Amino acid sequence: MLVIHRDICGYCGACVSVCPEGALELIDAYLTVDDHCTACRICTRICPLGALEVADEAKV
Amino acid sequence: MKRKYDVLIVGGGPGGALAARTAAEKGLSACLIEKRPAIGVPVRCAEGIGKETLKEFIAPDDRWISAEIDSARFVAPDGTSMTIEQEMAGSKVGYILDRKIFDRELVWQAAAAGADVFVKTRAVSPLMDDGSLKGATVAFCGEERKVGADVVIAADGIESKFARWCGLDTTVPMRELMSCAQYVLTDIDIDPHVTVFYFGNRIAPEGYLWVFPKGDRTANVGIGISGRKSKDGHRARHLLDRFITDSFPQGKKVELIVGGVSVCRPLPCTVADGLMVVGDAARLSDPMTGGGIANAMITGRLAAEVAADAISRGDVGRDALIPYDDGWRSSSVGKSLEKNYRIKEVFIKLDDAKLNALIQSASRLDLKDFSVLTLVKELIKRNPKMLLELKSLYSVLK
Repeated sequence: MLVIHRDICGYCGACVSVCPEGALELIDAYLTVDDHCTACRICTRICPLGALEVADEAKV
Repeated sequence: MKRKYDVLIVGGGPGGALAARTAAEKGLSACLIEKRPAIGVPVRCAEGIGKETLKEFIAPDDRWISAEIDSARFVAPDGTSMTIEQEMAGSKVGYILDRKIFDRELVWQAAAAGADVFVKTRAVSPLMDDGSLKGATVAFCGEERKVGADVVIAADGIESKFARWCGLDTTVPMRELMSCAQYVLTDIDIDPHVTVFYFGNRIAPEGYLWVFPKGDRTANVGIGISGRKSKDGHRARHLLDRFITDSFPQGKKVELIVGGVSVCRPLPCTVADGLMVVGDAARLSDPMTGGGIANAMITGRLAAEVAADAISRGDVGRDALIPYDDGWRSSSVGKSLEKNYRIKEVFIKLDDAKLNALIQSASRLDLKDFSVLTLVKELIKRNPKMLLELKSLYSVLK
């Protein structure tokens, strides 16, 4: 599942634009992810700050 | 907020503001909503714009012009640099804005023209009636309400959702999303009238690093790298920090700005029944420079003009709105986007040795004597090993 590190996130919305599922949305300064997320990791790659991570389900 | 407007504009950046101002000037009832609690912040921009384009929309004003630029310097990976003066660069030379003030001014103008403006108000979903778009459900402080509109103009930027909710695929390919970071850096030694661009696969892979002056000792120092080159420990912020440590170790970071810029081709179609998409939301930022303000203002205004015409005829279906899409695509906006897309595709494939060779040979020429086209011709003569790349560049430019 996608983990949003809110202490790192710069709420810029770059991730929203690359999400093929439309699963991300930026609500002012708060990034949300819905259950359409397939953990494809594209957003984790492009984040300028490294605020997104796909975590192993078992460890969460 | 009324229950029904002629035009509902989603997003309060330059595209939305021009759409709202134009719609109101055309006598339409217009409502602009901005999800953030203030117009103009947070800044997501390097703030450069060409002088001539800007003047078509608003009279230049010192309150929102941070610096006036008269030349641009390009720095190769090996440190060789070439400078292009104002006469040759044409409209590429211009202003560095203060977007916090600039955006606010544009929205105030829209309000003065008669548009309604609401902040901290976001579109939650399209309002559909019998399968066609009839406005949006919007939320303010947790309170939802339906706002009817004949036409919705989606001006919601890089993080656009509205067009996607209406069925348009707005996904930016990973390799064509520039992952960007920028500091407003102060107390640094710069030339206050020169923009500097650094190229190289180590410094800014498939992108560039910029120093855009904001005053005598202050600049926007930022970087954009291709999404596919971004990874742990090697992200936009890391590469920018490394550059600043090397080049401006005494600089003080007074603002951190991050963001994404699309350098893909525009959306295949920027209208649907009752919907028009403008600016960054339509993926209209320039693929070569990353600049988005000018195209946002141009398309924002054009969208409102076409909307006014369509509404007066009583038909806001896709076919009635298509003159907007045809309009920008066949104008200098569409042509320049396609040309610059192809130039970008040539440039991102150049390795550092080729970038060095290009800038070295250009730096030996007196650029005052050259148009861009004759410059490329001259570079072909001097760089026979790069014939293939330069020929494709030449064919795009001519």
